[in-house]
Amino acid sequence: MTNIIIIVFSTLGTIFAMLAAIGLIRMPDTYLRISVNTKAATLGVGLLLAAAAIYFGEIAISSRVLAIIIFIFLTAPIGGHLLGRTGYISGNKLCDQTHIDDLKGKYDKKTHNLSSKDNEEVSKEKNINDN
Amino acid sequence: MTIYDYLYYIILPLLSISLVFVFVRFFKGPTIVDRVIALDLIVTIGIGIISVYSIIYDQPNFLDIALILALIAFLGTVAFTYYLEKRDKDD
Repeated sequence: MTNIIIIVFSTLGTIFAMLAAIGLIRMPDTYLRISVNTKAATLGVGLLLAAAAIYFGEIAISSRVLAIIIFIFLTAPIGGHLLGRTGYISGNKLCDQTHIDDLKGKYDKKTHNLSSKDNEEVSKEKNINDN
Repeated sequence: MTIYDYLYYIILPLLSISLVFVFVRFFKGPTIVDRVIALDLIVTIGIGIISVYSIIYDQPNFLDIALILALIAFLGTVAFTYYLEKRDKDD
């Protein structure tokens, strides 16, 4: 019975890890690649680690595996957010199918601060007031 | 076919093939951010391979190395993004 559970978990985890790798090749865009990296790969590795925890079946090892899973689940979104921010600031283009870019003009190009006002509109208003 | 044969002859080759796919993106990647993403995914799949190895060879001590790899991957991503953003700021 334990063997069947281990086989199911490891197979599912491998399928998700492989889908993440294929997605990394086929996605057209940096941001879509980040989403593949943070979702599919995290789930796949979590399932593989769970298979190891079920195989050993001791509390000492299960708690260690749980610590790894919680750590990966906490750090994957943070890393994805940082990568997306850096990619957007360094000027990576969105792919053709993406039509809405809510962040357009919201980052100050020199200080990299995010503001709710559109920076290009603010500079236009300044020019009008100066004239 | 025992569970060890299944893991050794089916699961590990599939994970290795996915590592090769990630390496393709690592060498091709148009921007440096893509390469950092590929590096992150390489380490993540490496953690999965380590956990499968620890089942095959019945060695739970390998899982400690998986924990350390997870820590290093997160630190590496944070450091890479920090310095990449700083480089853009100076230009």
